[in-house]
Amino acid sequence: MKVALFVPCYVRAVAPQVMDACRKLLQHFGIEAETPPGQTCCGQPMGNAGYEANAEHLKQRFTRIFEHYDTIVAPSSSCVTFVRDRYGDTFKGRIYEFCEFLHDVVKPASLPGEFPHKVSLHNSCHGTRLLSLASPSEQNIPYFNKLRDLLSLKAGVEVVECERPDECCGFGGLFSVEESQISIKMGQDKVRRHLATGAEFITAADSSCLMHQQGIIDRQKLPIRTIHLLEILAAGL
Amino acid sequence: MKKIDYAKVDWQDETLWLVRGKRDRLAKALPEWEALRDAASRIKLYSNSHLPELLEQFETRAIANGAVVHWAKDAAEYRQIIGDLLTSHGVRHFVKSKSMLSEECGLRPYLESLGIETVETDLGERIIQLLGSRPSHIVLPAIHVKREEVGALFEKEMGTEPGNSDPTYLTHAARRNLREHFLHADAAMTGANFAVASTGEIVVCTNEGNADMGTSIPPLQIAAFGIDKIVPDRESLGVFTRLLARTATGQPITTYTTHYSAPRKGSEFHIVIVDNGRSSILADREHFRLLNCLRCGGCMNTCPVYRRIGGYAYSYFIPGPVGINLGMQADPKKHKGNLSACTLCHSCSVLCPAKVDLADQIYRSRQHYATSARKKLISKGMTFVMNEPWRLNAALGVAPLGMRVLKGLGFSWGKGRAFPDIPSPKKTKR
Repeated sequence: MKVALFVPCYVRAVAPQVMDACRKLLQHFGIEAETPPGQTCCGQPMGNAGYEANAEHLKQRFTRIFEHYDTIVAPSSSCVTFVRDRYGDTFKGRIYEFCEFLHDVVKPASLPGEFPHKVSLHNSCHGTRLLSLASPSEQNIPYFNKLRDLLSLKAGVEVVECERPDECCGFGGLFSVEESQISIKMGQDKVRRHLATGAEFITAADSSCLMHQQGIIDRQKLPIRTIHLLEILAAGL
Repeated sequence: MKKIDYAKVDWQDETLWLVRGKRDRLAKALPEWEALRDAASRIKLYSNSHLPELLEQFETRAIANGAVVHWAKDAAEYRQIIGDLLTSHGVRHFVKSKSMLSEECGLRPYLESLGIETVETDLGERIIQLLGSRPSHIVLPAIHVKREEVGALFEKEMGTEPGNSDPTYLTHAARRNLREHFLHADAAMTGANFAVASTGEIVVCTNEGNADMGTSIPPLQIAAFGIDKIVPDRESLGVFTRLLARTATGQPITTYTTHYSAPRKGSEFHIVIVDNGRSSILADREHFRLLNCLRCGGCMNTCPVYRRIGGYAYSYFIPGPVGINLGMQADPKKHKGNLSACTLCHSCSVLCPAKVDLADQIYRSRQHYATSARKKLISKGMTFVMNEPWRLNAALGVAPLGMRVLKGLGFSWGKGRAFPDIPSPKKTKR
């Protein structure tokens, strides 16, 4: 099996180690990975801000780069949702969020290495409500959480979820700039709830939520850190 | 920037979250909950796409029941019809129960300009009226008012004991005060939660029974509803009454669910059916599902932004996710600023009992209406950089240093949040 790695622009900028984790995991499972050159941005931040029309050129670039691959994976719920829903039918059924791909396609039975820490699982809005990585708290459907399932494969890790387990952390793309006071208040509330679990780490499948919460943690010098879920899964590989 | 009262923000957030929690417990106690939501959505799509037949059927049945039916194409006609009815009947004292349609159409100020004393009889709405304010929530209009403030208000307006803010004591005072108004009212009015086409009935769901108290005495009763309140029959009504109170306030059903069909003996019953922009919403390919809305307020209780900023932060009289969208339908230029009060978390869409695509509609409206010059600039800048890989590479090359400089100069990503660290770019493995 061969997959194309879609490198979200903000992951490349602020959390390049997450792409290393992706590659390690794919290699571990014997999946050939290619990172097509010339990637920039899928247009998601522009779309959410109201400027999807300006991102037409980006969408054409993205389509040119990825249209010949059968399977595309990326560590970002928001970007994957955007490409799935806003590119017509071009990528429907063949683009996956990285954890979704691991859980639904690779279906690993075990993972080597250990991560002997208590982590508070952050269920991102787009991962939960748009990609069904977990059961949304609003709905009356049986509980499931693909992220928790994946974490359970790692020895030593203790997973907890905070109060209001899928309330938005307040990042929201350019919301964090345009409505920064509310964004920060939401982030402070979220981090406080993660802290209350007694976890050492906040983990999520989305670097954007983690970047925002790490900004709150740094400013308040709080005794908790953020770590991407894939870094935990790749620990020791 | 306005200084924020964080204690009040937390209080409001916790209060509304409690309502959401009650809703969750009840929703999860019904195995058929998601099937009910599906049914509600489909019935609403059916009735909103069969309005001419259903509304005419309603009119025929209502007339057969003995009611008089009026049609208002907009707010001005609605006000005029009700104003004329009241003046022609010599009404001086008028009681009305809570109706968001009357807020939408500016009924109270109009009637007061005609010299008709108009008293809101739902407790929350009465508090808002006495405060000279507007509702901050469509189901819990005074949710932002603390009981101490109510105590002080009632002391001034009703002569209650100074400093007494015991809820039971204050409720009793309001009851005594309202009873006087009920006894002396010349006419009473309600809105409608539903209008049943097959029976010509108006259905009003309340907890206090004040709507029923008001309509029980005077010789003239008026009920007004927007055309989107029509449901085909009593069977479909059952789907909605099961969803409404559970989502709105976390109750299995409201204390009173009153079906008004015929006038009481010796009295008149007038029904006003109002469009006021609803048929244009129906004609809007991107927004017609807004007419599915039951006005339960569930989207407000679940919205993480609304819970923190409260109803007065929005320019439209209906706040929260549905208010952002309804405001854009009413007057987009005036209300486009509300579009920024959303993180696109989709909690509203996933919770909505009639499956209105609230978050997607906000997304779509953002494509047509810009909310700030700053966001436009950032968005355009990002697009410029991303359009060419070499520009992105160059930007990422200078970003680590740039970020260090910004931090060194004391800049931050808003007060209370640090900028992220940007690691130096390394060779990407191919």
